[in-house]
Amino acid sequence: MSKLTTFRIGGVHPDDAKLSRACAIEVLPLPQTVYISMAQHLGAPAKPVVAAGDKVKTGQVIAEPGGFISAYVHSSVSGTVKSIAPRADLAGRMVTHVEIAVEGDEWAEGIDLSDTLASEIPQDVPAMLECIKACGVVGLGGATFPTHVKLNPGPNAKAECLIINGAECEPYLTSDFRIMLERSREIIVGAAIMQKILGGCRCVVGIEENKPEAISAMEKACAELGYPDISVLPLKKKYPQGGEKQLIDAVLRRQVKSGRLPISEGAVVQNVATSLAVYEAVQKHKPLITNVLTITGDCIPVEKQHNYLFRIGMPLSYIAEYAGGVPEGAAKIVSGGPMMGKAIVNLDACTVKGSSSILYLSAAATRRGTESACIRCGRCAEACPMGLEPFLLRRLALAGDQEAGLEANAVQDCIECGCCLYSCPAQIPLLDIIRQSKAEVMSIMRARAAEAKAAAAASSK
Amino acid sequence: MSGIIIWTIVILTVLGLLLALVLFFVAKKFRVEEDPRIDEVEAVMPGANCGGCGFAGCRAFAEAAVKAPNLDSHFCPVGGNEVMAKVAGILGYEVKQKAPMVAAVRCNGSCEARPRTNEYDGYRSCKVMAALYTGETGCSYGCLGCGDCVAACRFGAIAMNPKTGLPEVDESKCTACGACVKACPKNIIELRNAGPRGMRMYVSCMSREKGPAAKKVCSAACVGCGVCAKVCTHDAIVFGNNLAYIDFTKCRLCRECEAMCPTGAIHGVNFPKPLDVEGIKARVAERRKKAQEAAKAAAANLEPKKKEEEKTDE
Repeated sequence: MSKLTTFRIGGVHPDDAKLSRACAIEVLPLPQTVYISMAQHLGAPAKPVVAAGDKVKTGQVIAEPGGFISAYVHSSVSGTVKSIAPRADLAGRMVTHVEIAVEGDEWAEGIDLSDTLASEIPQDVPAMLECIKACGVVGLGGATFPTHVKLNPGPNAKAECLIINGAECEPYLTSDFRIMLERSREIIVGAAIMQKILGGCRCVVGIEENKPEAISAMEKACAELGYPDISVLPLKKKYPQGGEKQLIDAVLRRQVKSGRLPISEGAVVQNVATSLAVYEAVQKHKPLITNVLTITGDCIPVEKQHNYLFRIGMPLSYIAEYAGGVPEGAAKIVSGGPMMGKAIVNLDACTVKGSSSILYLSAAATRRGTESACIRCGRCAEACPMGLEPFLLRRLALAGDQEAGLEANAVQDCIECGCCLYSCPAQIPLLDIIRQSKAEVMSIMRARAAEAKAAAAASSK
Repeated sequence: MSGIIIWTIVILTVLGLLLALVLFFVAKKFRVEEDPRIDEVEAVMPGANCGGCGFAGCRAFAEAAVKAPNLDSHFCPVGGNEVMAKVAGILGYEVKQKAPMVAAVRCNGSCEARPRTNEYDGYRSCKVMAALYTGETGCSYGCLGCGDCVAACRFGAIAMNPKTGLPEVDESKCTACGACVKACPKNIIELRNAGPRGMRMYVSCMSREKGPAAKKVCSAACVGCGVCAKVCTHDAIVFGNNLAYIDFTKCRLCRECEAMCPTGAIHGVNFPKPLDVEGIKARVAERRKKAQEAAKAAAANLEPKKKEEEKTDE
């Protein structure tokens, strides 16, 4: 194999610990009740369109978008709506959920449940975009940004390359890996659909070298289906390869400038799971109500690890119980990978479209060491994939120097990947502090932009 | 040799004098006229530069006060009425006396009352913790316990009590500058009227959760039962969102609400006598009985009795 590429700035090499890689995807049985969150995507929460007592079918719309950046939410089961009430999410915050008591599994009309591969690409682009929107497809790589918005970059932007993100650079997670093995042809069809929507640009599927089976499966699917201009590109393993801007650099050798979107460099990045959801939406009219989640961790034996096809709204406690309960050695339960995932405070929280794992970590794997003084070794600056200087940002944040200091040093570019924290020999909680100051700086920037907009509107009058 | 030394001294002296002359004229020419009262006002300020007045520091306050047409919107909480009287004297304004204020921590979720449900391992800052999740206990409204308020206080007036895990305000040091109020991401700290001889009442809870849910996570929570609002004869208790709030401008310190609160969420501080729960309960029961009798009498269409005027207590 020729020399593999990867992104050029920063990055770290955590042990990939893909323990559950050999576990085939199993379908979870339905629970008695599901609670479907109205805030499963980036942007405005969805507005429920059902009321308590309503009968719903699987795949029926239960909530409409609450704004331009928002998405439809569908019922993942058939049954009766019990209530629409606030319920704690995995961080304990109250979010409106629709509670549905499960009765049978009757799907809404018009959804094709057959397994036959529909490989013919439709030609009507607006209809396909509408279909993706109506099926509530959002980016499943982590940010859950509504896909129909991302695939419609506007008349002034031209996509040159669609990058399908199969990097799955987070340790432990294997859900993307499993779908690349088991659903490779569907993913390629989904990619071809998005390629068509974006106006026939080329398409590259980026997969890290630690998943050779996925690389060969995807290559095989590409060759079988024979769409023009879709290829698989193996990438050298490095975290955070799956970051949008890092993947663009790895594949296209282009740097997205500070504050710009990937489309400014002609790139659109979509996760493999999103590609699968696009396939199901366009070819099967099946809304996004299922996804694959990994049950894994360093404190459970491999035979207790699983990759599950879940329906949105299943309580995490239900899934954990089904998989054999919370292991004794688990000091921390994380949703997502160990690098960027969020600790689960409330196991009664429910799965959402973007759920990717229940990760049980032992105290040894998760406990933070005692913080000591910064010795300016610069490891964090070397590790930062965005080319920032975390040690400096921390000092500026502690000094409260927001506009002249933090903003000038591009804290808003931070992707919160955690490389700085991972690499710091002094165990300084760099990311904790930087994330907070990033949120503050971004709210200042938004307020300023709103002010400028209001001023422009006033002057044009 | 000595010639060089003498010449050096002569040249440097002449140069120095010439430059001094230049500086003198430049200073005259470009002199910035400044109201001398600004310096005078600044001199009487406490010099804490805490920003409690809403300005960037004592100098900024002095500048603003001198420019302002009156002192209605300018008040130094640290210096209080004494300093403001001096400022008013310098500027020739009148100043309204303000009642002294003090910070009150409205959370009573001690380690005992509000058991921990998880352990936070990140950066110890309430602001950071609040941005991540709802905290180490089941209550999403209460104190997070990392002490952002302690760090914000310039007067050493707040300290964490290791037993309760809650911040405590030292009233003798608190200047009511409001720095802790701004620092708290949960908005549990409020500036309240210091009250006569320090006596005051407040609801020490911010939970807007419904009763059973609030009680489940914290035994000292305000459960929103509304007993206090019913018992109050001064209309001082505002009730909404499952939470009571005592309006300190109306409270007459009768302590009836404190005695009647089923969870002990209402706090009375600095009272000389301990709370007479039984006495107050008996008094309230008596009053209720009378009110009921009066209502019955009215309903029975008897001779309209003169309503007994309820005595205002204490």
